[in-house]
Amino acid sequence: MDQFSVKVFIRLRPSVLDPAGEATKSASNKLGVEGIKSLRIGKMIEVKIESETENDVRKKVDLLCDRLFANTVIEDYEYSIETI
Amino acid sequence: MERFTVGIVVFPGSNCDRDVSWALEACLDIKTKYLWHESSDLGDVDAIVLPGGFSYGDYLRCGAIARFSPLINSLHDFVKSGRRVLGICNGFQILTESGFLPGALVANKNLNFICDDVELDVISSKGGWLNNEHQKEGINLPIAHGEGRYHCDSDTLKKLIDNDLIAIRYRNNPNGSTFDIAGITNEQGNVFGLMPHPERACDEKIGGIDGLYTLKSLIRH
Repeated sequence: MDQFSVKVFIRLRPSVLDPAGEATKSASNKLGVEGIKSLRIGKMIEVKIESETENDVRKKVDLLCDRLFANTVIEDYEYSIETI
Repeated sequence: MERFTVGIVVFPGSNCDRDVSWALEACLDIKTKYLWHESSDLGDVDAIVLPGGFSYGDYLRCGAIARFSPLINSLHDFVKSGRRVLGICNGFQILTESGFLPGALVANKNLNFICDDVELDVISSKGGWLNNEHQKEGINLPIAHGEGRYHCDSDTLKKLIDNDLIAIRYRNNPNGSTFDIAGITNEQGNVFGLMPHPERACDEKIGGIDGLYTLKSLIRH
């Protein structure tokens, strides 16, 4: 069994308004940082997982993302896998 | 014959369960029973209310963890049997997360937690939860939520409109909900989810009685 480290990034879909991102963008401007065209806030979930192959890990992480980590009505996800 | 009994589901973090019980028992003389979320036996209840609150602390997303409780698992057969399910506020969020109702509830447009009374237009009588003839002047109900902005894509919205599934709409949209939607039913009409709190509008002295009709309708069918 190998150990894998998975980083899952969850983002609101582009069509969904992100009021927290808008508020942070406004604060960024007040900080004096210019040129910010867009700022959107997502989530990152780190998972350490034991599995036979990277393919097995993908199957597990796809299930986790589709059914639990993300609500695909409003969110998109992507992830990266590293062997530990 | 056994008395009609409404099951009120209690999750860790539910906080409107007792309000619902008071509204049903004291205002409407309807028997209630609390159902702990780990129970999966729904055999002795005739209808179910998923009350408001913050199930599992709203971790991950509102209603996302509650969806995996044994009780919600049993709810699929319960709904298939035609029995009635009412989801209020966090209960509505759980119903969308679990796929009983389409769409999702996300953070209010202005990021405020809104605690207020709102005017609502009754659009549909589907399922008998409301009556767009008797209530055509509209109703007033309290809202109390930070994540009550109903969101769905344009195909889903069209389906909601075409199938008469939009039960109530805000007159002055407080949270940025798509199409001013405050509550929807499923296609069969036996599942109703709404962000406003009918259980907080069941007594003239404290907030009016516009919520009585919906709660009464748990036993009307």
